[in-house]
Amino acid sequence: MNLFVYFIVFVLLSIGAYWYGRRYSLGLVSRDRRRLHSLPQYYGYYVALWSVVPAFLMLLLWLFLDQDLIVHLVSAGLPESIKSLSPDELGLYLNDVVNLAKGNITSSEGDAIMQQAAAHYRHLLQISHMALGIAVTGSVVAGAAFSLHRIRPDFRSRPRVERMVKWLLVLSSSIAILTTVGIVLSVLFEAIRFFKIIPLTDFLFGLQWSPQMAIREDQVGASGAFGVVPLFAGTLLIALIAMLVAVPVGLMSAIYLVEFSGSRMRAWAKPLLEILAGIPTVVYGFFAALVVAPVLRSAGESVGLQVSSESALAAGLVMGIMIIPFVSSLSDDVINAVPQAMRDGSYALGATRAETIYRVIVPAALPGIVGGVLLAVSRAIGETMIVVMAAGLTANLTVNPLDSVTTITVQIVTLLVGDQEFDSPKTLAAFALGLVLFIATLLLNVLALHVVRKYREEYE
Amino acid sequence: MTEATIPDASERDEQTVGKPQLEKKVSMSCRNVDVFYGEKQAIFDVSLDIGKHEVLAMIGPSGCGKSTFLRCLNRMNDTIDICRVLGSLRLDDEDIYDPKMDVELLRARVGMVFQKPNPFPKSIYENVAYGARIHGLTRDKTELDEIVENSLARAGLWEEVKDRLDDVGTGLSGGQQQRLCIARAIAINPEVILMDEPCSALDPIATATVEELIDELRQRYTIVIVTHSMQQAARVSQRTAYFHMGKLIEVDKTDRIFTNPGHELTEAYITGRFG
Repeated sequence: MNLFVYFIVFVLLSIGAYWYGRRYSLGLVSRDRRRLHSLPQYYGYYVALWSVVPAFLMLLLWLFLDQDLIVHLVSAGLPESIKSLSPDELGLYLNDVVNLAKGNITSSEGDAIMQQAAAHYRHLLQISHMALGIAVTGSVVAGAAFSLHRIRPDFRSRPRVERMVKWLLVLSSSIAILTTVGIVLSVLFEAIRFFKIIPLTDFLFGLQWSPQMAIREDQVGASGAFGVVPLFAGTLLIALIAMLVAVPVGLMSAIYLVEFSGSRMRAWAKPLLEILAGIPTVVYGFFAALVVAPVLRSAGESVGLQVSSESALAAGLVMGIMIIPFVSSLSDDVINAVPQAMRDGSYALGATRAETIYRVIVPAALPGIVGGVLLAVSRAIGETMIVVMAAGLTANLTVNPLDSVTTITVQIVTLLVGDQEFDSPKTLAAFALGLVLFIATLLLNVLALHVVRKYREEYE
Repeated sequence: MTEATIPDASERDEQTVGKPQLEKKVSMSCRNVDVFYGEKQAIFDVSLDIGKHEVLAMIGPSGCGKSTFLRCLNRMNDTIDICRVLGSLRLDDEDIYDPKMDVELLRARVGMVFQKPNPFPKSIYENVAYGARIHGLTRDKTELDEIVENSLARAGLWEEVKDRLDDVGTGLSGGQQQRLCIARAIAINPEVILMDEPCSALDPIATATVEELIDELRQRYTIVIVTHSMQQAARVSQRTAYFHMGKLIEVDKTDRIFTNPGHELTEAYITGRFG
């Protein structure tokens, strides 16, 4: 609520600052804009940016720090008996203080000391908010005054605004990059914690996956085995089935769309194919679990085959359907990029369309197609929802597509669903699996991008 | 006068000047050919014979329809949906626009070399062997090797590439690439070779090599060449056809066209008053 008010105020302030800066600059030259170095709106932008951006940054910094700072101050004011508690217990106690102050439910009834601490907290919070208000207002005023002071008719506001815009863009892109780096690092560190308990070699080469750990000493039947091989095998089996569906169908539909269909056919067939990519994966998931799997099972029974009701085949087939538009639209692009001169050259030698496609176009586009297929594979390996719903949970090490297998993504989901303790290998295993998955798809993507880039240079 | 508007010929309705028709040794004969792109007419009533073992040059300002007409001769215009061709075009007395005509065989008999060299991104050997492979011209590898060697030799490229037949064709220089495309076209032994400005993407030395080659190829093949360079037309051709805004204005022996043109538009073009 408070933040929202600040937001509105900032928007209004920047509009006001823009308007005033623009007017002020025009006033300096008695409304003759030719005498200004830059267009008047640049002076407006300049004032607006100076008024709002520093204040906004200050607000953000404050929001990050004030809670910790206040809690620290409160804990400093507590009696010795409480301060001497172990760090964990002290943390819990302070949590209660904060909750009490905010009127939330607390885990223990507050005694007099806690009440007092809570009052202290509330008091500090009030001071903090007031100080923040003053600081932000001061920053706005100072920024506006500074920028207005610098405006002269020959003041070059245009390049300055340009530079500020550049930094804004740098900031945005670095948020995206830093977040990714942060995720990778946190996965990495948790995975390292996991590997301190379970040796890396056991994890990578173990043939047994059963992550149930005994919570108490006397519990039975749960020793915990963290061999990732069956999961990898299951993932690859399902991905392989998916690619066996998606590559031929996707490639051939791309060839049809580029080489054979008329422009009117293409105009509605291509978007229709791309709708497949827009279907939520959860819909594919229950389609696989509720339609495809039972059909496969009864079909298998009628010819005397034992088909698991959560077969790798069902999940793989549906995942393949899901990936078709991915393969077809990437192949479509690379086939389209094969120069018309190649086709003309082949036709002029008396080749038919099919011969031209088979002997010239596909070979020429092959590196790009391979790149697209590799991207599709990494998509298939990382796909979660379909396999959660349609593939099994038992980690069978098998190549029989009619058996039930499980995948890395499915196991990550099952490991983290429900209440978990965050220091047991069972939970940490999810991070290790995530890391493995990340490295596998990263390698595939790097390979794919490399292949695609190499192809780009072919005709230049 | 450097730049002038192209005189409008669309209102004129006169006969082609010179000798568009031949009495004997006719390879291709075209009568009353009209070509439309959708509603727009690109070729107006062109009648022209192409003699055996002659080099016929087609010249004219940009957009005059000479390339369009060339592409009718092996039905390359079929790849353009909105293109319609009317009139009669015959190759050795066979109607090439007959619905029963096998377009693939027609194109094997009427080869084509394009403006920009377009070798396939395959090896030099595979580029030349391509046509022979798809038409099943050989019984075994030895025969195929022979075809490749002969074609490259006739295209004057054998000595330069015989030690690197497995290198990609796209790695050759521009002039070599164009000669590779010529070798590729003659490997299936066509009767006619159509060349659409074959030297416009080449440097002068490569151009000279290709021009010499065209002169040699005349012994075996009929060649129709579209060119922007009047010097080239004068150097390589025996007959020259001058196209103007979709009409065939004049056809005659090359030396006659360049020394004593029969039509004012031809004269204006070859003396450089527009173009």
